[in-house]
Amino acid sequence: MSAIKSVTSRIEELEKLASEAGIDISDELKKIGDKIEETSKSAKAWQRVELARNPDRPRALDIINNICDDFIELHGDRYFGDDLALIGGIGFINGIPVTIIGNQKGRNLKETMARNGGMANPEGYRKALRLAKQAEKFHRPIITLIDTQGAYPGLGAEERGIGEAIAMNLREFSQLMTPVICIIIGEGGSGGALGIGVGDKVYMLENAVYSVISPEGYASILLRDSSQAKHAAGMMKITAEDVLRMKVCNGIIREPEGGAHLDQAESSRLIKETIVRDLEDLMPRNPAVLVRYRNQKIRKFGHYEES
Amino acid sequence: MTEKKIVCPICKSEVDHETLSVNLMVCPSCKYHFRMEPNERIAYLADNGSFIELCKNMKSLNPIDMEGYTEKLSEAKKKSSMSEAVVTGTCTIEKVPVVLGIMSFSFMGGSMGSVVGEKISRAMLKGAEQKLPVILYATSGGARMQEGIFSLMQMAKTASSAAELDRAGIPLFLVLCDPTTGGVTASFAMLGDVTIAEPGALIGFAGPRVIEGTIKQSLPEGFQRAEFQQNKGFVDIISPRNEQRALLVKLLKSHAGLAYESAASFARTTAKASALAESVRSGGKA
Repeated sequence: MSAIKSVTSRIEELEKLASEAGIDISDELKKIGDKIEETSKSAKAWQRVELARNPDRPRALDIINNICDDFIELHGDRYFGDDLALIGGIGFINGIPVTIIGNQKGRNLKETMARNGGMANPEGYRKALRLAKQAEKFHRPIITLIDTQGAYPGLGAEERGIGEAIAMNLREFSQLMTPVICIIIGEGGSGGALGIGVGDKVYMLENAVYSVISPEGYASILLRDSSQAKHAAGMMKITAEDVLRMKVCNGIIREPEGGAHLDQAESSRLIKETIVRDLEDLMPRNPAVLVRYRNQKIRKFGHYEES
Repeated sequence: MTEKKIVCPICKSEVDHETLSVNLMVCPSCKYHFRMEPNERIAYLADNGSFIELCKNMKSLNPIDMEGYTEKLSEAKKKSSMSEAVVTGTCTIEKVPVVLGIMSFSFMGGSMGSVVGEKISRAMLKGAEQKLPVILYATSGGARMQEGIFSLMQMAKTASSAAELDRAGIPLFLVLCDPTTGGVTASFAMLGDVTIAEPGALIGFAGPRVIEGTIKQSLPEGFQRAEFQQNKGFVDIISPRNEQRALLVKLLKSHAGLAYESAASFARTTAKASALAESVRSGGKA
């Protein structure tokens, strides 16, 4: 950022010199100015990506432990196995029983390996759906904590139908007759994030990002240069402010100064505050009305022209 | 004036466009299924002159001001003479009225942005509303990344509309064509009541190159092809193109009959129930 400042001051000097010499360089300067603005936007977006990926950032289980009076983890999809990259269970928040589902990343190499870097396989999404249906059956609200680069692009995931598993979650979560609150706590990447991201309310933590593909993926596919990830991050409009502006999320949950990783307890408190407020708002509502509004909202997403 | 020959990418035999077109864009020697455009599929599937296009004037915008997207769109329009990567409408097939949606891979890789998502969503909602079976031909590289988060949300949107159709008891038939990947696979394409695939079609979520990059080894022969997906349990029927119309007619007859029958029997049951309730109320005098 300081590099940008020094360039800006050099340009001001140049502008002064040019006007003294009676030369018009405003067109050139505007071009440079635009470029600087773009670079600084990219730098800001990239800073968010780095914060969202910070290994010390509170993970789903950290948040669960901080916001719940008690939590019982439930395992398995009943078909294939238990996916440690996507966890879930029943918690009590201020005494209210809720079902919590979340992507779980590790903090060190060993944990990251065990959690597959937070990239879930089909059994993870099927477990999420099982727990969601269970929550619906017993009238528990659902909270999802999203933090993944995306679903796991592996051989086994394809063999076991990762596409079908995510598709089914999108369809079924849209119809759940119980409140669903989704919070993107770190990385919200692609269909893997959306697979537990359909709900009545969607929030983003201040430094979380939400995108259709990772900046690296965008750079390598559309810019044909994977080293352009920073630049791509700026172009893609992935910050919480961007996503809120596009009305794809309902609000932004503030983080402690400098980022959630600096004060896990305080960031959990801020998350809990939002959840408790929304539970009070959503729980008394008629579930059928909730589902109708949820689907009306989902079907409005998009930007097009019709003449 | 000699017409340019088309070389089959599989058997390398040369074929002229006329022959290929008459043969439903299937290689006469090796049965390789070339990609086929919506207008060609409509001509094959719909009863003559029955197709009425929906949302004809829906246009994509550049919702996140992505550099180069506007140019890319107009280029795609010019090259394909289509307005977007999907054509939707109503028609009859052997006199059975249906909603039909057909994607095109040649329009920006069949990618799903706001317009594609909206058109497919409305096609399904129309089916639910008017009790018309819905047939969707999918082919896509996935979400249209140039539309950022809006493209991701089209997955949720099409799945929500598929839910509406599902709850209404109206059948959704999917035909997966080469290739069907990414966000389209992970949304409406995997939500059909019956899933048909064209022979040899690549069907999957992650693209083969991405998977190879993850597992650092090359993929087995036939991985993610229609036959593989059937073997793994994700495709009901692999149907060669020249058999698809007859297959769809059979499926329409079986499902539409059931749908109407159940609706009719539901009406009869409720009529009977209310008559019974009435007779109880009036002390069994009726």
